Amino acid sequence: MEFLLVQTLNGISYGLLLFMLSSGLTLVFSLMGVLNFAHASFYMLGAYFAYQVSTTIGFWPALAIAPVLVGAIGMLVERWGLRTVHRYGHVAELLFTFGLAYLIEEAVHLVWGRSSVEYRVPPDLDGPLFTIFTSQYPIYRGFMMLVSVAMLVSIWLVLTRTRIGLVIQAALTHPQTVEALGHNVPRVFMLVFGGGAALAGLAGVIGGNAFVTEPGMAAAVGPIIFVIVVVGGMGSLAGAFIASLLIGCMQTFAVSLDWSLAGITIAQAAPVLPYLLMVLLLIFRPKGLMGTREG
Amino acid sequence: MRTTFRAAAFGAALAIAALGVQAQTIKIAYIDPLSGPFANVGEQGLAEFRYTAERINAKGGVLGGRKLEVIGFDSKSSPQEALNQLKRVIDQNIGYITQGNGSNVAGALIEAVNRHNERNPGKEVLFLNYAAVDPSFTNDKCSFWHFRFDANADMKMESLTTWMAANKNIKKVYLINQDYSFGHAVKKAAREYLSRKRPDIQIVGDDLHPIGKVSDFSPYVAKIKASGADGVITGNWGNDMTLLIKAGKDAGLNVDWYTYYAGGLGAPTAMGEAAAGRVKIIAEYHSNVANNKAARWDADFRKAFEKQKLDFYFLRGKIMWDMFARAINQAKSAEPKAVAYALEGMRHDGEMGEVEMRKQDHQLIQPLYVFTLHKSAAKGGPKEAKIDMEGSGLYPVTDARLEAFTSAQPTSCTMKRP
Repeated sequence: MEFLLVQTLNGISYGLLLFMLSSGLTLVFSLMGVLNFAHASFYMLGAYFAYQVSTTIGFWPALAIAPVLVGAIGMLVERWGLRTVHRYGHVAELLFTFGLAYLIEEAVHLVWGRSSVEYRVPPDLDGPLFTIFTSQYPIYRGFMMLVSVAMLVSIWLVLTRTRIGLVIQAALTHPQTVEALGHNVPRVFMLVFGGGAALAGLAGVIGGNAFVTEPGMAAAVGPIIFVIVVVGGMGSLAGAFIASLLIGCMQTFAVSLDWSLAGITIAQAAPVLPYLLMVLLLIFRPKGLMGTREG
Repeated sequence: MRTTFRAAAFGAALAIAALGVQAQTIKIAYIDPLSGPFANVGEQGLAEFRYTAERINAKGGVLGGRKLEVIGFDSKSSPQEALNQLKRVIDQNIGYITQGNGSNVAGALIEAVNRHNERNPGKEVLFLNYAAVDPSFTNDKCSFWHFRFDANADMKMESLTTWMAANKNIKKVYLINQDYSFGHAVKKAAREYLSRKRPDIQIVGDDLHPIGKVSDFSPYVAKIKASGADGVITGNWGNDMTLLIKAGKDAGLNVDWYTYYAGGLGAPTAMGEAAAGRVKIIAEYHSNVANNKAARWDADFRKAFEKQKLDFYFLRGKIMWDMFARAINQAKSAEPKAVAYALEGMRHDGEMGEVEMRKQDHQLIQPLYVFTLHKSAAKGGPKEAKIDMEGSGLYPVTDARLEAFTSAQPTSCTMKRP
């Protein structure tokens, strides 16, 4: 019972972190049709910026400043890079973001070195939140869940309850009409791309100290967030949310199972399961769980 | 006038040529990751080896004035890439290579070196291995052209379990390792040696996880917790180890960690206080050993690399360089074959006691230490805990010194000598 409860909580909190990571990616894709390969790099930048800010003025300011900085970089990238490349079609965009990911990684090497940096959980959030029978549940994981849920709610509110959200939604399906109505669609795109980057940056602030802040962190999460976006349905925020929780819980529970099949235990195969799920889903339901586009 | 000028020029040219021969440097190719996820590990080794070579040169080099030079070649942690680099090394007529990161890479290099040396007598290449610990390299795959200066995975486990066997508080042990050749070797040795030395210790869990792919270890930690283990043995390195230990601390997991690689190369920085009092390491050196004859060297190194926050980590690397320089002098030649014969069976007065390059299998037999990380004075530890590993707030304390004979293993090597 204790084990089951702890694993469920672990699964949900990991799933929520995955959601923070993938929400920006799926938003950018749904609006601009750009599959941003550099998305995980923005996550890494968020962690490094938060490290830098927290060493001088503390973690709480970093929680606000780092995502804003990453968002600003995202906007610059959209304005001076992606917008020019956009003319040459989706392949060019894809290659552009692919190259960008390498550039960001090298820049991180140059500025912060190749080793991990000392980015720690702040003392106020370090310690057990509550105890389930005999297992402690860390405050920081609770905090992670809180931020993620707050993020989901605020994205949803912005998209459905604000003027800019309505313009964004309209620009998603009818860009020409929206432009004809006098809205600056390229600027909307810039904001969305920056916003997506900022969300990844926020995930970096939270994930960087929960795990390790080092130059390989972007490459480590890159594949799994693509799996989530594909499984959830390209461009569906709700889908990404469901897929994140599903994959988080699936990986967590698979680890606990010691049943073996042909000498390989399920626990051993746990990290491969999301990819298996993606392949199966692409075969049987190509648009993903909640997606609207085919293929 | 003109003739004198010509004569002078000729004389000068002769002198330069003579100097060239005399001052010809001996080059050693360092083939390890200098880019990619393990670049930090590769770069630290390179920094230490360059530092050591410079010291040897400053003291007059070898063979009465010849200098040693370390040249970095990027293996990108890939056996294929390492073989490409080996070709470049051979093209540049460099007779020595050194490598340590990844037994998969070392295995490929040993085979390639064997083949090259067989086909090109007189132009041999010698492989000095400072960290690849797959036991097979000094057993069934042993080679005359390969020398290992690190204790192999079995030797470390032998010493570690000898120490564990004496600790009656250990009752239930959990094994968690990376799913590749080295992780399997650790798992196998741990099971075998524990059941031999302490059959009453229960192995309550045995996990293999994919290398470098797990970011959230909390499910594994919950599993360890549920098993009731009081100790965890892991050969994990890099993020696989630091994330595991951090996840354990977050969940309030009350176990001792028995590790191979928590003692340096960024691990103390990444673990921080999560490691204090809990993490034990088996290795040949830490900065706080008793009667530390390397203390001066250690302090000088830290000072030289203060900005990069590098600690001196590879004592076995220093021993390797010292023995290598001695072997060249003893052989009175920089020919790899002659140096290899001089290295075989060499005894050396190492900083931690006498070591021996065993002739039979080219495995260095050396004393090892089990030590625990504690909080340093900077983070509220005792006042005398001045040493701070990588500025992480951790301070190493020896639990036991295990003499060289403890870890020495029989070998199945039947070496063919040229």
